[in-house]
Amino acid sequence: MAWEKAVLTGAHFMSGDIACAEGAIAAGCRFFAGYPITPATEIAEHIAARMPKIGGIYIQMEDEIASIAAIIGASYTGLKAMTATSGPGFSLMQENIGLAAMTETPCVIVDVMRGGPSTGQPTLPGQQDVMQAKWGSHGDYEIIALAPSSVQEMFNLTIEAFNLSETYRVPTIVMADEVVAHMWEKIVIPPAEEINVVNRKKPNTPPQKYLPFMPDDDLVPPMACFGEGYHFHATGLTHDEHGHPQTQSSEVQTKLVRRLCDKIRKNADKIIRVEEKMLEDADIVVVAYGIVARASLSAVRKAREKGIKAGLLRLVTLWPFPEKHVAKAAERAKAIIVPEMNCGQMVREVERAAKETPVFHLSKLGEEPHTPMEILEFIRRSQQ
Amino acid sequence: MPERLWRTPLDIEKVARPKAEIHIIKDQCKGCGYCINYCPKKVLEESEEINARGVHPPRVVDEKKCILCSFCTAVCPDFAIFVKEKQCKDGC
Amino acid sequence: MTEAVEQHLLLKYLRASMMPHIWCSGCGNGIILNSFVHALDELQMDLNKLVVVSGIGCIGRAAGYTNVDSYHTTHGRPIAFATGVKLANPKLEVIVISGDGDLFAIGGNHFIHAARRNIGIKVICANNFNYGMTGGQVGPTTPPEAITTTTPYGNIEHPFNLVHLAAAAGATYVARWTTLHVRMLTMSIKKLLQRKGFSFIEVISPCPETFGRRNKMRTGPEMMEWFKKASVIEKFSDPAKAEITTERIVVGEFVDVEKPTYEELLHEKMAQIMKEGG
Repeated sequence: MAWEKAVLTGAHFMSGDIACAEGAIAAGCRFFAGYPITPATEIAEHIAARMPKIGGIYIQMEDEIASIAAIIGASYTGLKAMTATSGPGFSLMQENIGLAAMTETPCVIVDVMRGGPSTGQPTLPGQQDVMQAKWGSHGDYEIIALAPSSVQEMFNLTIEAFNLSETYRVPTIVMADEVVAHMWEKIVIPPAEEINVVNRKKPNTPPQKYLPFMPDDDLVPPMACFGEGYHFHATGLTHDEHGHPQTQSSEVQTKLVRRLCDKIRKNADKIIRVEEKMLEDADIVVVAYGIVARASLSAVRKAREKGIKAGLLRLVTLWPFPEKHVAKAAERAKAIIVPEMNCGQMVREVERAAKETPVFHLSKLGEEPHTPMEILEFIRRSQQ
Repeated sequence: MPERLWRTPLDIEKVARPKAEIHIIKDQCKGCGYCINYCPKKVLEESEEINARGVHPPRVVDEKKCILCSFCTAVCPDFAIFVKEKQCKDGC
Repeated sequence: MTEAVEQHLLLKYLRASMMPHIWCSGCGNGIILNSFVHALDELQMDLNKLVVVSGIGCIGRAAGYTNVDSYHTTHGRPIAFATGVKLANPKLEVIVISGDGDLFAIGGNHFIHAARRNIGIKVICANNFNYGMTGGQVGPTTPPEAITTTTPYGNIEHPFNLVHLAAAAGATYVARWTTLHVRMLTMSIKKLLQRKGFSFIEVISPCPETFGRRNKMRTGPEMMEWFKKASVIEKFSDPAKAEITTERIVVGEFVDVEKPTYEELLHEKMAQIMKEGG
């Protein structure tokens, strides 16, 4: 009975934060550790109310560092685990995001971006953390980051985040923004049987032969959990396939770190998702993500009405960066526009992928996302 | 008969005093000296030989004096020494 | 790894391929590990139910040496990690083995909250009065006037009284022993493994290489002699009065009470909610 209540099948009118929480529950998340922070607090509050009814665990930890440490612990004990925060908390979590990447822990972190840096504008949107999602922790590692741009996507992409993190044993970050998190839209939650839920690979070797960090061909090692009799060791130190620290060997470091990166890079084609609208014959391509993509779509449609061949490439996956899709769109286009609510972050990746095609950044900070008119005006001007 | 007893126990022939087997895993020893210092019966002393780590592991002076308190087993930081009860058939 | 390790009585509790351990000659960490596996052996613990979590520091390597499910976290975070493990599977016995700096400097916040919540994790703290792994810097338990690499003229800070801190934060079992009191330490660890609720043992541990050497106790035996001369066993005395000085180290058990644990309260509440919800 409790499991059926986990998925609230039907049509609902809810906010992005709530949809994200419901998505997590639908994906099988049964452990949440968090700390209140605007604009992500509602996720914690909703989960605190839902978890006890479905046999899951909610704990409010003493800070964000404890939150991410606790979800790594819960994940290693076999539960799907999530935390939600915003910029300041996301910064605190970076060290342990690195730990999760190094110990290949499946877990989901939701960063509801707000105005930064530092305390910034807690109640207003921003897209200033997108580079931090990739480079925030020290060392070389790869994570997966998704950018929802609707309440429905807050639900769908949170499920996808869990599936990706379980498939690749990697921390996956949902980069929402304050507007997507706080806006209210209709969402449709399908029946539980229709939701695709992926679980981590379990070992098929007996405990005596199990090597916790020996990858399969897909570069992902099967994952045993505490209490299953495997007696394995995991550490944030550089380690060999046994999980034993090997802090003096260049060979082990090279093998491990490259695999952690290749695990995502070589599987990028399977991971990356984008949405293409009117791109086939586009002269001006708008590359956008998150809430800004909504206004961008509107602007692109209005541009078409005025006879401008504009198109939209919406990045659903931010990391690994969809460089092949950008490169392809750039080949045909005369100009690329990247509207972002920051001083220039993803635009750098776009420039790198677009090569010769001119790229223009439309930066807007504070208060509200770009309006369709602002983007349309920029599209018109970029025609010169 | 043990020195400290002032009269011979009546069942001394029947009750066997446990005898100890002291195992020293020489190359595990790091020469801290705890076992030697804290043995209540002074059964151990530093040996002359040098092990693989370049230190002097302990050496048994008189295994018969060992009372199997196992303090050396418990205090050794390196799992380099342990005592077991000797399994004897007819006296040893 | 030498063939000789195969012979040790308690080998089954250790990861043979990782032995011998990296700890210095005379280091108390080896004694703590020894006391710990003695306790496991005396209790004949089901090793499948044990999880050892450690932080960063010399003692942090202990998780790698015990032959059970184990995890080595980032600095200061083993208690937060252990909280996640214990709540995800309350049937597991979760033990945190870490150092004074890891648990009480960077990790201090996690310690007091886990104690406050009375989460059933068991914490063994190796207190060697400094940050040994990085060469001997001052830490939250360094005695006044002690010389360390970052207090070359003598420490002006006042140290924590860890048993007082643990008791005040709400720990339901608080004990302190030195590495000389190996039997009592094993007894306390056995108690730890069989009870519920947040439990804490402080182990005064010799660090001759980085601490002792700079503070007139150049060798392990000299540090252990300090423990022997200064320690006095008291039963359930006031932890507030148990500050460590050069003349007096109060050891023994300070607190042993029963209080509902976080896991018990959580599951009770969940059962109540599920019943009401229908």
